[in-house]
Amino acid sequence: MGESGCGKSTLLYAIAQLLNPPAWIAEGTVRFRGQDMVALGDEELRHWRWRECSVVMQSAMNALNPVLTVGAQLRDALQAHESLTSQKIQERSAEVMRLVGIDAVHLRSFPHQLSGGMRQRAMIAMALLFTPELVIMDEPTSALDVVAQRSLMLQIKDLQRRLGFAVLFVTHDMSLVSHFSDRLAVMYAGQVMELGLTRKVFDAPRHPYTVGLMQSFPSIAGERQELTGIPGSPPDLLKPPAGCRFHPRCPHVMTHCRTEEPAVVDVEGDLVRCHLYPDGQQSTVPLLSSVRPR
Amino acid sequence: MGLDVRLVAEQPAIATEAARPERGALHIVAGAMRSNRKALVGGVILAAFVVIAVIPGLLAPYDPHAQIFEQTLGPSREHLLGTTGNGQDIFSQLIWGTRESLAIAVVAGLMATVLALLVGVSAAYLGGLSDHLLSLLTDVFLVIPTLPLMIVVAAYARSGGLAVLIAVIVITGWSYGARQLRSQALSLRNRDFLDAARMRGERTVYVIAFEILPTMTSLIVANFLGAALYAVLAAAGLQFIGLGNPSDMSWGTMLFWAQNNGALNAGSPLWAVVPGLCIAMLGAAFALLNYAFDEITNPALRPKPRRAIEPSSRSSKFAT
Amino acid sequence: MGYLVRRLEFFLVTLWAALTLNFILPRLLPGGPEVALRTRFHGRVSPGTIKSLEVALGIHTQQGQLQQYLEYLGNLLHGDLGVSLGFYPERVTQVIMVALPWTLGLVGMATVIAFVLGTLIGIFGAWRRGGLLDSVLPPVFVVISAFPYFWVGLICILLFSITLGWFPQAFGSSSEVTSELSLPYVLDVLWHSILPAFTIVLTSIGGWILTMRNNMITTLAEDYIRMARAKGLSPTRIMFQYAARNAILPNLVGFAMSLGFVISGALLVEIVFNYPGLGTFLLQAVNNEDFSLMQGLFLLITVAVLLAVVAADFLTAWLDPRTRERA
Repeated sequence: MGESGCGKSTLLYAIAQLLNPPAWIAEGTVRFRGQDMVALGDEELRHWRWRECSVVMQSAMNALNPVLTVGAQLRDALQAHESLTSQKIQERSAEVMRLVGIDAVHLRSFPHQLSGGMRQRAMIAMALLFTPELVIMDEPTSALDVVAQRSLMLQIKDLQRRLGFAVLFVTHDMSLVSHFSDRLAVMYAGQVMELGLTRKVFDAPRHPYTVGLMQSFPSIAGERQELTGIPGSPPDLLKPPAGCRFHPRCPHVMTHCRTEEPAVVDVEGDLVRCHLYPDGQQSTVPLLSSVRPR
Repeated sequence: MGLDVRLVAEQPAIATEAARPERGALHIVAGAMRSNRKALVGGVILAAFVVIAVIPGLLAPYDPHAQIFEQTLGPSREHLLGTTGNGQDIFSQLIWGTRESLAIAVVAGLMATVLALLVGVSAAYLGGLSDHLLSLLTDVFLVIPTLPLMIVVAAYARSGGLAVLIAVIVITGWSYGARQLRSQALSLRNRDFLDAARMRGERTVYVIAFEILPTMTSLIVANFLGAALYAVLAAAGLQFIGLGNPSDMSWGTMLFWAQNNGALNAGSPLWAVVPGLCIAMLGAAFALLNYAFDEITNPALRPKPRRAIEPSSRSSKFAT
Repeated sequence: MGYLVRRLEFFLVTLWAALTLNFILPRLLPGGPEVALRTRFHGRVSPGTIKSLEVALGIHTQQGQLQQYLEYLGNLLHGDLGVSLGFYPERVTQVIMVALPWTLGLVGMATVIAFVLGTLIGIFGAWRRGGLLDSVLPPVFVVISAFPYFWVGLICILLFSITLGWFPQAFGSSSEVTSELSLPYVLDVLWHSILPAFTIVLTSIGGWILTMRNNMITTLAEDYIRMARAKGLSPTRIMFQYAARNAILPNLVGFAMSLGFVISGALLVEIVFNYPGLGTFLLQAVNNEDFSLMQGLFLLITVAVLLAVVAADFLTAWLDPRTRERA
């Protein structure tokens, strides 16, 4: 989670090994079941794709090929990884479409003939063709209205329970995060500032930026409190501030925040990148960062 | 699953440049030449021709019309490019011919751009039926093959000379630009600053002239370059088959005489090669400037360093 | 359906505009043909022929303009383009039928080859950004496309036929080979077409390369390309089914739209090579002040280009499901 332009999607596509040039992975690793995906070659990666890790994008309108039918695009994915008879392909396609609640006749439809919600569902159906381990979702619901958003998320949650895949998703919608996620990473200016169990982070945010985020949206159940937001605006990532990237907007800024980049520390199982916790244990897990200027 | 990824996004080179508000046409061209080698080459060629067109008398050694030399001489110190089959000095003809060829390109290019602007922007701004009809007109002129039309017009109006030639080129050359300008104006039509102007109660003419046109300067300049290129080629083609006034001195008419005298086989190939080369260079100058413009307005088209990043290939290969 | 109706409207309006332009031009710019007609034909042909020529060329008639216009359209409807002034007493249609197969063969083939080849080069160039095709060819062809077609033809003649003697420098076939449909004749015709065809391909291919490359670059940035990569599709499948298939759509209409321009250049190439096609006849018409042949050629070429536009429209509609339904 993070505000627009903080690098959430960039990080997500880096994990999926789908960055478009001129962006590239300069350093770091992506470990999937103990294997470093960054070190894989094109062909090995191609076999990993979709069977084990599939992707759902923000807008199905743009993510589906406009000149091929939905069925043809499902078939493409199946044929890329297995040689199946056309009957088997048809069966599997119809099956995943049923999973997301779309009639199989729409396999013959072109993307523009479906409604926004249906397109998004069709894309999820495509992502489940091989029942992968991991489904990466880039703001899967932001193109939909609130009602459709909720029903889609519930459906994803339900499918996840039945089929047992992990979902890594990106959003700037706090309510989605609080309702549908187990673990949460808060990003600011290209770096992950805080990473922990969603409930814990919501109940006791540690990083001043996370605290600021929590204060910028109202809680329905909780007591009334003033929405303060975070003064200032995100930095220019071509010239990020020295020291802690959040220091120009931080209410707790200290002298060494302006010069020293804070280390990632473990505070009671919650990873935080902040000088406020000098006593925290040095983290064994290096924390992600997505954008580093040249 | 542990994650440790660090990415580097390359800085979009002239992002700030593009975000800046539009400046004057000359500034745009000057800026293009500074930042783009293709634009520089095109600009230098064009400037050289302009200089030649302004002072041909100082550069050409002889009267280009005078048939006073031995025929079909090869290149020598007296005749840098030799003489024609009629005993004229080819180099002098080339120098004096620059003026008319360049004038046609600039005048016809400008007029076609103005016509394209008028039709394209009014179509986009007026919308509805007017748009439909103007667009239809544009498409009709775009599709009708230009050369046969030009030939018919020029043949009927043979006595008109240069003015007719330019008119024919303008009539057949405005439509492509009109289409482009219309689509850009269309994308501007619903922007907030135009609504604001309308709210202020500005007249349509004012809105078009002072609100829409300044934001389109780049495309207008690019359009002029394209129209000028078209004019160079069209004029050359028409003059080559003897339309226009064959006694005028221009590169196209030189080619006409060269072809009619069988210059290639008669031992004076330079007579046909050199004027064509000049046309090609003038055309290339406009084309290079135009292409450089495309690259500047659309950063995605800019040349990539020969480091080769293919879309399918993994970014990790380029890890530093 | 709406798409095709709109294109049909466009086709009919353009056709009508070309016919009407053809009718109006002689009347707007009078004088030219009248002299030619008087000096060359007076007293030698029947009054009826003179009259039909006068209608076609818009001179010296007692009829009202509207009546002339209707008569003109009526004549065209019967495929009557009048009598050629230069090849009298042959009819314009007869003259055209002699030249048409040559032009269809040379210009048609060369244009299609240039389009297909240019499109392929554009696809591969954009796919390997920064590769040889991408960094060297575009600027080279930007420059070459700015060359006058006929001048490139002249250079080719100078280089490959006068200097090197590899190819014939003029005409569609050798005079010593009979024009029966035999193998030597066909080979001879092919032999003669290589240099002009090469000229046309060389000068027109750059435009197709550049537009296709630019469309591809835009398309490759689309989400559905990234999606195709995520699906683990093979690179060739992504390149053709996902990228090129979408990138070519605007290019097809562009192809049809710029065909008029390409054909114009190709006609000049025919003139340079003395090729017995429409271009050479157009030049002869100009030299002979053969106005009826000129106008007939103008109409024919316009109709041919329009048919190509219609074909491109159908192809676009077939390839792009969205155009089929867009109102």
